[in-house]
Formats: sequence, C-alpha cells, structure tokens
Amino acid sequence: MVSPVFDWHALAPDLILAGTILVVLVAGLVLPEREAWQTSRIASIGALGALIPIATLAADGTNREMFGGAYVVDNYALAMKAFFLVVAYVTILLSVDHIGEGDYYQGEFYFLLLTSVLGMSAMASARDLITIFVALETISIPSYVLATYRKADRRSNEAGIKYYLMGVLSSAVMLYGMSLIFGVTGSTKLREITSYVVANGTSALIAVAMFMTLVGFAFKVSAVPFHFWAPDAYEGAPTPVTAFLSVASKGGGMVALLNVVFFGFYAQGRGPGAWWPVLWGMAALSMTLGNLGALKQTNIVRMLAYSSVAHGGFMLVPFAAAGIAGARGDLVVADSSFAAVVVYLFIYGAMNLGAFAVVIAVARRTGSGDISSYSGLFQTSPALAVMMTGFLASLAGIPFLGGWYAKFVMFKSALEAGTAWAVGLAVIAALNSVIAFFYYAGVIREMWFREPAAEDRSEIQVPPPLAAAIGLTCAAVVVVGVYPQLVARVGELVTRIGS
Amino acid sequence: MDWFDSWGLTLVVFLPVVGMAALLFVPRRNEMALKAVALVTTLVTLGVTVGVLAAFDYGRTRELQLDVNRTWIDVIHSNYHVGVDGIGLPLLVLSAFITVLCVVYSWNHWPDPYNPKAFLALILLLETGMNGTFVAQDLILFFIFFEIVLLPMFFMIGVWGGPNREYASLKFFLFTLFGSALMLLGFLALYFKVDVDSAATGIQHSFDIVALSNAAGAGTVHGTQMLIFGGLFLGFAIKVPMFPFHTWLPDAHTEAPTVGSVLLAAILLKLGTYGFVRIALPVLPEAAKAWAPWIGLLSVIGIIYGALACLAQTDMKRLIAFSSVAHMGFVMLGISTMTSFGINAAIFGMVAHGLITGMLFFVAGSMQHTFHTRELSRLGGLLLQAPKMGWILGFCAMASLGLPGLAGFWGEFPAILSAFSPGNGLSEVTFRTFMVVAAIGTVLAAGYLLWMLQRVAFGTVKEEFEGADIHDVSMAEWIAWTPLLLLIAILGVYPNLLFKITDGAVVQMTEAMTKAIGG
Repeated sequence: MVSPVFDWHALAPDLILAGTILVVLVAGLVLPEREAWQTSRIASIGALGALIPIATLAADGTNREMFGGAYVVDNYALAMKAFFLVVAYVTILLSVDHIGEGDYYQGEFYFLLLTSVLGMSAMASARDLITIFVALETISIPSYVLATYRKADRRSNEAGIKYYLMGVLSSAVMLYGMSLIFGVTGSTKLREITSYVVANGTSALIAVAMFMTLVGFAFKVSAVPFHFWAPDAYEGAPTPVTAFLSVASKGGGMVALLNVVFFGFYAQGRGPGAWWPVLWGMAALSMTLGNLGALKQTNIVRMLAYSSVAHGGFMLVPFAAAGIAGARGDLVVADSSFAAVVVYLFIYGAMNLGAFAVVIAVARRTGSGDISSYSGLFQTSPALAVMMTGFLASLAGIPFLGGWYAKFVMFKSALEAGTAWAVGLAVIAALNSVIAFFYYAGVIREMWFREPAAEDRSEIQVPPPLAAAIGLTCAAVVVVGVYPQLVARVGELVTRIGS
Repeated sequence: MDWFDSWGLTLVVFLPVVGMAALLFVPRRNEMALKAVALVTTLVTLGVTVGVLAAFDYGRTRELQLDVNRTWIDVIHSNYHVGVDGIGLPLLVLSAFITVLCVVYSWNHWPDPYNPKAFLALILLLETGMNGTFVAQDLILFFIFFEIVLLPMFFMIGVWGGPNREYASLKFFLFTLFGSALMLLGFLALYFKVDVDSAATGIQHSFDIVALSNAAGAGTVHGTQMLIFGGLFLGFAIKVPMFPFHTWLPDAHTEAPTVGSVLLAAILLKLGTYGFVRIALPVLPEAAKAWAPWIGLLSVIGIIYGALACLAQTDMKRLIAFSSVAHMGFVMLGISTMTSFGINAAIFGMVAHGLITGMLFFVAGSMQHTFHTRELSRLGGLLLQAPKMGWILGFCAMASLGLPGLAGFWGEFPAILSAFSPGNGLSEVTFRTFMVVAAIGTVLAAGYLLWMLQRVAFGTVKEEFEGADIHDVSMAEWIAWTPLLLLIAILGVYPNLLFKITDGAVVQMTEAMTKAIGG
C-alpha cells in the first residue's frame, strides 16, 4: 500500500484552521470566565491567518490535486475558501459583543463556528462524493448546535430540532442517492462519474440517483420546497448565527451543488436531461414563494430569512441555464453560469452580512426584531439608516450598489442559454426582483418616512467590531457596484478545471 | 482643449456626486454652508456643461463628440462609453440647468420635514443619474444611470411629500422597476442576438449603443426582435409615461415636494422618451416599424385621456400632472412616425415640456406655499393678490397650450404635422387619423389650461384669503424662474436654436433606420 502524497502547502489553509479550532477549544476551557472573550480574538486571528497560504497559493497559481483527484486546490477552491474565511471573520465581528454580553458559552461558540467553516473550506476542494458528504456534515452538525444556542429559549430549541431533523433526513436521502451513483458508475470521484456518463450514456437509475442527491443539497441551500426549516431556525438562533447560516451555510450548500452538478452530473452536457427541470422548478419556486413569504413578515429576521430563500432561487437560475444549454451541446454557457453562481454568492454574502450587522446594531437598542421598531431610524441614527438602506437596495438589485451585478450575471446566463424555458425563467426572476423591492421598501419606509416611536432619540452606539463589519461590507457593496470588474475577474478565473 | 474632450462629460456626470460626498461632511446645523456647497456644485456642473456646449462642433452634430470609450467591466464587454450628439446635448443641458434652478428655488422653500442636508444630497445624486443617462453610449452604463435616479426620487417623494406620500413613492418605484427589469432583459437579449459585425465569423456581441445602432438588428429574426422591442418598450413607456402605464404619475406628482415635481416632470420623464430615440428605434428599426402604429395609438389615447382627465381635476398639481400625460403623448406621436420631422419635434417637445411644465410646477408649489392649498375651488383672484405670480402662471399656461411664439408650439405642432406622412411605409390612413385626434387634443388642452387659469388667477379673491398676507414672487423665485421664462420665449421665437442642433443627428438616425428596413 502506497501512502498518499501530502501537499502541505495546498493543505495549509485547512490545517491552520484546524489548529485554530483546537486552540480555541482549549483556551475556552482554560481561560477564566471574564477572559473568555479572548477566544474570539484567537478565532479571528486564525481565520485571517488562514488567508495567508491562500494568497501564496494564488500567487503560485498551479492547480494541485491530492488523493487521486478527490481533493483539489485550484483558483475556484481558493476563491471559495477565501470567501468563507472572510465571512467567518465578519461573523466573529458580529458576534463579539452579542455573544459576550448575552448568556452564552463563548469558547464553544467560536469552536463550533470555525468547525463549520472548516467544513466549508474542505467543501471548496472536494471533488469526490465521500469527501463532499463529510464536508457537508462538518458544515451542518455545528450549525445545528449553533441554531439552538439560545438555550433558555424554547422557540430556539424547537427551531433547532426542526432544523436538525430535516437536515438528517435530507442527508439520508442524499447518501442513498450517492450510493446508487457509486453502484452504477463504480466510483465516487466526480471526474470518473463524468467519464462513465460520457462513455456509457445515462440510465433511469442514474437519473433517480442524481435527483435524490440534488434533493439533499436543496435542503442545505433552503430551496423551495425544502425551505420550511429556514425561517424558524433563523428567527430562533442568535442573530449573528442567523447571518452565518444565511450566508456561509447557504454558500457551503451552493458550493457542494456547484461541485456535484458541474464536475459530476453535467458530464459535458451529456448527463441525464432530467436534472435541469428539477433545478428550474426549484429556482422558480424558491424565488416566488420566498418573496411571497417575505411580503407578509413583520419580523425583520424572518423577512431576511425568506429573502435569503428567494436569493437562493436566483442563484439556482444559472444552474438551470447551464443545463438547458448543455442539453443542446453548448458548453460555453456552463462556464459562464458556473462563474455567475460564484459571483452572485460573493456579492450576496457582502450585502446580507451587512444587513444583519445593522439588524444586530439596532436590536442592541430596541431589543426587538420587529420591522416597526425601525421607525424613524433616519432621524435618530442617520448613518445606520443610510447603511441599511444601501444593503436593502443592494439586495433588491438597485444600481450602483453591488446587488445589481449579481442579478445581472444571473440574467445573463439565462439569456445566454436563450431558449424559451431559459428566458421564461429570466422573466420570472425579473418579476421577482420587483416583488422583492416591495418588502425591502417596507423597512426603508419605516426608517425614513416615519417618526421615531421610542422616547429615546439619541443615536444608537455601535461597538467598534460591529462598526467594522458594517464598514467592510458596505465598502464591498459599493466598490463592487461601481466597479464590478473586481468580482467579475474572480468569476473569470474560476473555471471548471477537472470537469 | 484635449483634456476637456476626454474629461468634460465625465465631469458633468460625476461632479454632483463629488458635491454630495462633500455635503456629507458639512454639519447638519450649518445650513448656509450646505446650501453653498450644493449651489456651487450645480453651478460648476452647469459651467462644465456650457463648456461642453462650447467645445461641441455644430458642423458635425450627427457624430458623437467628446467621445470617451474605456474598458469598464471587461468580462462582460461593457465599456465606460460616454459621448454627446445633437440628440443628447439639448437634454443634457436642460438637466444641468434645471438642477441649478431647483437648488436656487430650495433656498427658502424647505418642505417638511425640514432636512436640507439630505434633501440637497438627493438632488445631487439625482443629477448624476440624469446627466449620465443622457451621455451613456453603452447599454449597461445607460441602465445603471437610468436606475440611479429611482432611489433619490423615491426618498424625495416619500420623506418630503404630501399626505399620501408612502403610497405614491412606492407606486412610482415599483412601476419603474418593473419596466426596467424587463428592459434589462431586452438589453441582454440584444447583446446575445444582434451581430454587430457581419463581416466577422460568428455572432459579434456588443453592449455599445453605437455599434448596435449600426447593426440595426442584423442577424436577429423578426419574432425575436419584436419580443426584445417589447421589453424595451415597457421599460421606456412606463417612464414616459404612456397610457395605460401612466397611473403612477399623477400620484407621484401630487405628493412630491415642489422641487421633486419639477425634476420629475422636466427631466425624469424625458429619460423614457430619450430611450426610445436613442435605443429602441435605431437598434431595432424593423420591430419599431411594426410597433409604431400601436405606439401612435397609445400616444393619441394618452393625449385625449390626459386632456379629459385634466378637465375633471380639482387639484392644481394633479391637473398639471395629467397635462404631462397629454404632452408626452404628442412627443411619442412624433417619435412613432419614424420621420426626421417627427423626431425633431419630439426632442423639441421634450425640452419645451421640461421648461414649461417645470415652470408650472414651480408656480403651483409657490401657490401652495402661500395659500397652503392647491384646491382649485378654494383659489381665485391671484391676479389681484399676487399679480406677478398670476401673470407668470398665465404665461406658462399659454406656453403649455401651444400658443405660437412660445416654446410649447414647436413641440406640438410639428409633431401633429409629422403624422400626416409617416416614414418607412407606415400606414398613412392610420397616422392621419391619429393626426386628427391629436389636433382635437390641442383644443382640449386650451380648454383645461384656460379653465385652470380662469379659476386660479381671474375672478375675485375667495373669502377665506381676503386680507390674508400674500407674498408675491420672492427674490429666490425670481432668480430661479427668470431663466426659464426667458428660454420659453426665446425658443418660441427662434426654434432653430434647438432644431439646428438636433436635426443632423435625427436625419442621420432616420436615414439609417430607413436603410435598415428597406435593405
């Protein structure tokens, strides 16, 4: 037996993260209660430190493969790892005061957070069904615990249990699908699955297997009709965790979906024709039902939860477009669709984290998540109101804020595919972006058009870490909106190497 | 002046944003400094626009001048391409000019809730969007600027508007967003379907408006062209607004603060008509021809419907808003004929409507400021209490109904006349019918405007305002209004001032369309 070759440089980001996790865990045990906040500092240093080998790997530029192609470090993997680490860092910034001031265990919190991020980082490199499954569970299990982190709150517990049970169920379905794929193709490596399909064509069994696998991922990205857990879990969890779930966990699921669909099932356009209608349907339903659900929410976190379901739907549009074009042998669309999902995820991450940062800041004063508690924010805290308006407008896709470019690349991939089905999906997406503004405008209306309700009209004090998070995300949203070439370039670099 | 050729338009577009950024650093309490920053910014922007006027070569109005084409979003082949020709120049100047007057007017007319800092910042952001739209020569750039104007106007109506402001602002936003979302799909479809270089192998994609106009829909089948035009039509027609997409306009105008109404009427509506002239027609002439009779039909319905609606209004601002629907109907009728005559008239109509209706909204705003009502039934005898304002109102009403010798005439009359012989083989019978209906519309226009004038300015002062302390036109108002009144008169007497600029570009565009449809 030949022992596998380790490329330490390629593994460095994940190893640094793993090391940090252990240090945080030990520090959480050792440090006295009032020093427990130090764990957040260790965690953020670790998250940023892991970016260093990513930078050196990017500068090096070669694609590295390990374990027979099961673990790949290419531009795409690096870009996604960097994204998850930055999201982790911003989440820590959101959490420091919230978790520190609340009745929470701090050390364990950052331990769980980083473990989930480690799963995401591994997911970015995973090109093998087993690796993908392990990475996905590494993402999910800490997430279940984090979702119930408000121990004393029964709603939080209920939401967490719901999240857990549905998560386990979907994992089981997905695993069954994967086992069928292995049974037919004789391999768990995505590349070999592709070669098998290209050589032997598809069968009903493969189609069923792929369908079951997709259903599992649909749960992770909270696509309709597998989204029921999301609003409850989002509302029940501590708000920084909600921000993390809606951006990072969803991102992890999307990356898994990207890997499986584009490196495996797509099979140079020869994969079973059945999977794109599934994604088409999930995209259309997620956009529409997510938005309609958001319309009637009075709690801002629930509203953002439904909005994130809708955004998940927008992110599924390029998948459907790639499938439609692939069915007629057009592989160019697959490349641009792949990049479109990545770009959408980056921009969505910045604007959604920003919105949650403001939600956390406002809740420090009002202690409430009611949209009506935002009334008159422009008069009491103009800076926060302007920022929130920017994030919401960006989520709605209004230029010159970043969100427009995310929507744009999504539309572009659909129209590039060009068939009636693809254009129809684009029209549904266009109508949905109008509906979406309706509920974002509800918050904007409270902030700008109404008088402050509370007696206390002094400006809300934002602690420095939270202010830094708002500043970072806001800068990202504006810069990307004005000069989208920055993320567009990343989108161009992430090609489907190895497919 | 080489640097000016490459930087002039960029300055015109982005100086207002720089001013807005500067405003944010001025403390809220220092109102004088806030006003000064805003005024200087808009004045400098106007100054640079005058510089553009001076640098413009009037012998080559058909070509894009002060043309800048730099890479912007390389990945999607979208460039920062700005330039002006005879079609864009008058509207750019109008935009820079009206904004200055709005800031001047704001000097001592602050709507509630008083917050000069935010209000001025929004005006400046709006100006960037407006100026940018008129110079953008790339579809994506155009889209960005076209959308940037939405948020400032949304806030202007929603924060500083009347009692029903929340409804009106959201309606304005959703209508426009709906149109522009489909318009963006149309832009993308143009990118993927139209072949801008038929000599090269494969389809050559581009977002460049000039390249797409030269291609004139090459390589795209008729059915697809019709659909794409439909998307563009919705985007622009809602903005104009054409009947039956106009319902947001009366609400928005009625609720908006004075300056908001002026900017909305004078500039924002023109973004729609300008879009038809700049993009929809030249890029897809074949589809435009097929759509033209329907556009013409909706235009004349708008003319008659707008006029009849005016006759039923009891609110002065709402009346002026509906008159905008009718006036934009004339503009769209001129465009739908696809003749150089009609499109020249349309551009003149845009500028004239901007000056006249902008002025009418100023007067209506000042009336509300002094009388605290816009109810026509409560007003009366303005000529007795504030004779100067009364005469100005009379002057604008005359200009608006198309009295020869004032600017309004040159927008309306040639537009009607152009329907007599539409271009590109469009049905003469259809368009001559439109012509007759539009002519009836001018009679109705005279009716509602004179009726409004009679109720507001003539007669005796109503009991409730007898002995009230009514101020006539103030200094800030004189400064803001005199240039508008002068221009209305000058363009009325010497319309060639404008036609000379537009004609070259319009003729070139219509010839290209005829060639594309014929060949």
